[in-house]
Amino acid sequence: MTPSVVPSLDVEGLAFAYPDGHQALYGVNLRIERGERVALLGPNGAGKTTLVLHLNGILSAGAGTVTVAGLPVAKQNLLEIRRRVGIVFQDPDDQLFMPTVRDDVAFGPANLGLSGSDLDDRVHLALSQVGMLEFADRPPHHLSFGQRRRVAVATVLAMGPEIVVLDEPSSNLDPASRRELAEVLLSLDVTLLMITHDLPYALELCPRSVVLSEGVIVADAPTRDVLADPDLLAAHRLELPFGFDPRTPVPNVPRGGTTSPGTVPA
Amino acid sequence: MGAGHVHRLYRHGHTPVHRLPAHVKLLALVGFVFVVVATPREAFWAFGVYAVLLGAVAVIAAVPARFILRRMVVEIPFVVFALLLPFLAVGPQVEVLGLSLSEDGLLAGWNILAKGTLGVVASILLAATTDARALLMAMQRLRVPPVLVEITSFMVRYADVIADEMRRMKIARESRGFEPTRRRALQVVASSAGALFIRSYERGERVHLAMLSRGYNGRLPSLEVQQASASAWVAAAALPATALVVSVLAWMSL
Repeated sequence: MTPSVVPSLDVEGLAFAYPDGHQALYGVNLRIERGERVALLGPNGAGKTTLVLHLNGILSAGAGTVTVAGLPVAKQNLLEIRRRVGIVFQDPDDQLFMPTVRDDVAFGPANLGLSGSDLDDRVHLALSQVGMLEFADRPPHHLSFGQRRRVAVATVLAMGPEIVVLDEPSSNLDPASRRELAEVLLSLDVTLLMITHDLPYALELCPRSVVLSEGVIVADAPTRDVLADPDLLAAHRLELPFGFDPRTPVPNVPRGGTTSPGTVPA
Repeated sequence: MGAGHVHRLYRHGHTPVHRLPAHVKLLALVGFVFVVVATPREAFWAFGVYAVLLGAVAVIAAVPARFILRRMVVEIPFVVFALLLPFLAVGPQVEVLGLSLSEDGLLAGWNILAKGTLGVVASILLAATTDARALLMAMQRLRVPPVLVEITSFMVRYADVIADEMRRMKIARESRGFEPTRRRALQVVASSAGALFIRSYERGERVHLAMLSRGYNGRLPSLEVQQASASAWVAAAALPATALVVSVLAWMSL
């Protein structure tokens, strides 16, 4: 990464208090270069979701700035900001609300003004990126949970985002769906920010990890180093699963493109 | 994951009725219902003809009678009301099987029963031959206010999700020894309904957030539009047009 290139995401001095007075963020600084994959770790209530809702202007900062690929998050650029920042929410049933998968993936690009064959192409591309093309005409409710989450990823990919933000992408997934999603995410050519409690998943997908605790960033380092620091983990209520050792070398399996997750039966 | 109410109404098929564009069928249904309602209640024979017309549509659409009868239970509250009317209404009385019934009440009850049943059966036939998404497109096509189309669309999408949630709550209740027959049952079910409402409300907020995040600006993008040929219009008009002729004859025969 050359620092001269405009970063995908630049958060500076971000502070935020909810209207009820609860202060959630106390001056967060975070710079993510184009193409990076970063895990955002932290205990419940650390302010992770609050931070994410600032990235696309759902919440607006009390102090500090958020810049996405050079464009500041401000009222007059909201539509462009929401195109650039694709948020995949935790519950796919919240994200998928149109009658069919195809309509749902088309929702974002249609809001951007696309129509006709341009729109069809976008939908087609996004669904094939997550291996869900053959389910385009199904109602979302008839898909498995893992399939719904992959469609949720497609709904933001269809907007051509600069950065994809995933809230707990591995939650509620069975191990096979979890692996399929990892393959999809690794095959994407976008900047990735992933909120997760699933530390092995962070290690697998993200070379860099950021720990948010009580509204401040307390660590920002290679994921392996963060997970190998027991004192840091203990201080911020992070725990490795039983029997998991982050220092074990991971076999270098080729990822993305070698398998197509869409062909796995539901 | 169970198929919800919305999808159970639809019966997949490839009949001429299934193939008609949804907005044409929707207009035909509305036209038919208006004609039925406008028919004088004393013209008993006309309602028989309407029933035969609907029967013909059911045959063409290959919708079995059992399918229709089972779905007609939705009408029961109205039937009860219609059956009560002859006992409750005032005016000249007639003797029927030793009971003294109001003549006006009998006619009013018959009126509700006949027109209601015809409307319900016609709607069941529309729903059986048109899937939910096509109906939404039809509403959009017919310039129904976008807010109503959106509300209907969300209802179609989330009816199953909420039904699932309701089922999970029921299972959770019963797993902790709840018996729906006890006296406290009503209170428990009522508070479950309250919890379900709050959950749905909160889900609504989250869905809205997710929509904003994808550039929602207050308008759902339009779904693709199915074109209707002249012959489709003629085919769909057959039902309301024939009914209209019957209705006019009924008025003239009074």
